[in-house]
Amino acid sequence: MEEKKLTPKERLEIPPQRMREQTPKDRIGNVEEVPFGFTEEEARIEASRCLQCKTAPCVQGCPVAIDIPAFIKLICEGDFEGSAKKIKETNILPAICGRVCPQEEQCQKTCVVGKSRKSVDEAVQIGKLERFVADYQMKNCKPEAPHIKASTGKKVAIVGAGPAGLTVAADVRREGHDVTVFEALHKPGGVLIYGIPEFRLPKAIVEREVENLERMGVEVKYNMVIGKIFSIDELLDGDYDAVFVATGAGLPMFMRLEGENLNGVYSANEFLTRANLMKAYSFPETDTPIVKLRNVAVFGGGNVAMDSARTALRLGSENVYLVYRRSRAEMPARVEEVHHAEEEGVQFLLLQNPTRLIGDEKGWVKQVECIRMELGEPDDSGRRRPVPVENSEFTIDVDAVIVSIGNSSNPLIPDTTPDIETNRWGNIIADEVTMKTSKKGVFAGGDIVLGAATVILAMGQGRLAAIAINEYLSTGEW
Amino acid sequence: MNRILEKVSVTPEIFTMKIEASGIAKKRKAGQFIILRVSEKGERIPLTIADADAAEGWIELVVQIVGKTTKLLSLLEPGEEILDLVGPLGRPTHIEKVGTVVVVGGGVGIAPAHPIAQSMKAAGNQLISILGGRSKDLVIMEEKMRAASDRVMITTDDGSYGMKGLVTDALQKLIDEGLKIDLVVAVGPPVMMKFVSLLTKKYDIQTLVSLNTIMVDGTGMCGACRVTVAGKMKFVCVDGPEFDGHEVDYEEMMQRQCMYREQEKESMDRCQSE
Repeated sequence: MEEKKLTPKERLEIPPQRMREQTPKDRIGNVEEVPFGFTEEEARIEASRCLQCKTAPCVQGCPVAIDIPAFIKLICEGDFEGSAKKIKETNILPAICGRVCPQEEQCQKTCVVGKSRKSVDEAVQIGKLERFVADYQMKNCKPEAPHIKASTGKKVAIVGAGPAGLTVAADVRREGHDVTVFEALHKPGGVLIYGIPEFRLPKAIVEREVENLERMGVEVKYNMVIGKIFSIDELLDGDYDAVFVATGAGLPMFMRLEGENLNGVYSANEFLTRANLMKAYSFPETDTPIVKLRNVAVFGGGNVAMDSARTALRLGSENVYLVYRRSRAEMPARVEEVHHAEEEGVQFLLLQNPTRLIGDEKGWVKQVECIRMELGEPDDSGRRRPVPVENSEFTIDVDAVIVSIGNSSNPLIPDTTPDIETNRWGNIIADEVTMKTSKKGVFAGGDIVLGAATVILAMGQGRLAAIAINEYLSTGEW
Repeated sequence: MNRILEKVSVTPEIFTMKIEASGIAKKRKAGQFIILRVSEKGERIPLTIADADAAEGWIELVVQIVGKTTKLLSLLEPGEEILDLVGPLGRPTHIEKVGTVVVVGGGVGIAPAHPIAQSMKAAGNQLISILGGRSKDLVIMEEKMRAASDRVMITTDDGSYGMKGLVTDALQKLIDEGLKIDLVVAVGPPVMMKFVSLLTKKYDIQTLVSLNTIMVDGTGMCGACRVTVAGKMKFVCVDGPEFDGHEVDYEEMMQRQCMYREQEKESMDRCQSE
């Protein structure tokens, strides 16, 4: 009632509501989530900042085109459940996206409120609102499966239960097709489970989202590595009319430095998998070990590097150094993650680059040698190229190193399905609009196509693929 | 799923386990492995497939109790299920007729050597097996290996069975006999594979070794299993487990295998006191 009276000018004057968080000191002693989430009141105030722009530039910034003004309006009206349902028309995983999407690069970047207040940080906090309604629905409302159309008798196999695969599973199932998801690991979620830490995305949320899919009739089969137990051809020759390949990130990249195979040197994938999927932070209560890390160097400047550094702190490290060869402005990580990492005590060694790892007599890493860098001319990415400063080498003492410079592609499916074309990095080539591969009946999306990208981009490709799969199954035309 | 059909104790520390796994049994080829997990809090460990029957739908593992997971596995009884079992993983052994193949198995390494010997023999090779163990009771699967081989040589460190000495002594004996060996496949402790490779390099005999490194996912994602082969980084789970024995950096591999020795001991001690 009251909010309807607000003029656009008044709305623009409402300051952004800031989410309360665990203090840095508290949170490095646990693995609980850092922000607490909005209260109902905070959410309604934040929602009332939205101008309900007719042109909705925010929607254009969203890879899955959520009807953002509509879900925010429902929050203003106090219909939180309705708001969550509105989002779920286009995004099945709002509790996850609300937490891990880079909104400042997407919907919030184009928000008129942010533009008027001359800072993207002052935009309507769409992601935090999305998180609020998704959490509200999970906590307060009866789970209900969305409407499923009458069975078509068609079957779709999805390879990988990560963000792309789960999105396709929901969208294809809704059309009445049978869906089986083949997951290589013993738990669903892909990077949401093995990669993104508990303190950024509680695993219970992922599990509940997967339960919702199962309630819709999606079957998830664990411990099934496609390319090994079945080939893609066997799936197509057998029960399945279409296959969606979403196998995710592949082999970790290393820097080809001397000493990278010393004991105590991890890829970020391994370090995070041990900590998250295998819960090594509870060792010896759990059985998967992780090395004792007092002084740790993390190489890289992306979100995964931040996750690794912050996880190391929670595992009891005293000094966590983040070594990045460019300056802060070029860091690919989200500002929020960099900020959290810094608050928690991660020490940023910027414009520095590791040159070799030095081991002790027993083969354990004990030092990292780095060289100072300076920024030169812009490179292909538009960022200024870092250039080593001669004779500026120095060493830091460490007992563990986490290399977080990205992934190459997983070879299992391309190796066993040569008629699926890949690019020179081994990523599957898929049509940008339909996600069709070079092989009839096979679609692909997520990191196996994108290289290393984000959860929401993987979901965006999943949505496109699902539209094309549904079309292919109804027309039979490739 | 993953129901245990049979468990046989071979020595106090080694047992064989037949597990119902029809999908894996149908697909597996010589040289491949599985990863299993025995409890909700459990770790993932790789174990090589020792035998399988596609028609009956089972696989067989030969397991040495070396840590908590293998200990817990040894406590499971027929009728119980293994929580998670995934496979077959890794690239199968490249099988072709090359002439005379010597398959060397050391200790529990004899188990994964068995399907390789079977397949190599079936491909028309003359198959000689060398089985080695510290003592008589550690020379396992002798009957199965005999069935898969044209000739079997046995060595024990203490001389309690077969010839006293190491598998490399038996291999040297074959070489000294003037036998033309076209391929050696060695599966066993890293130090054994290292010395077999050193010997065969001297005589320029092509040699394959099957590596058993630490793994987490085992599907080409984490990189825990990386080894240096011919100066390049390779991943045992997707590039292996078999590599050219003359090109493997054994020292680095052995050192990496010790990475969790302290924690493994802590875990095992706790497990035994419980």
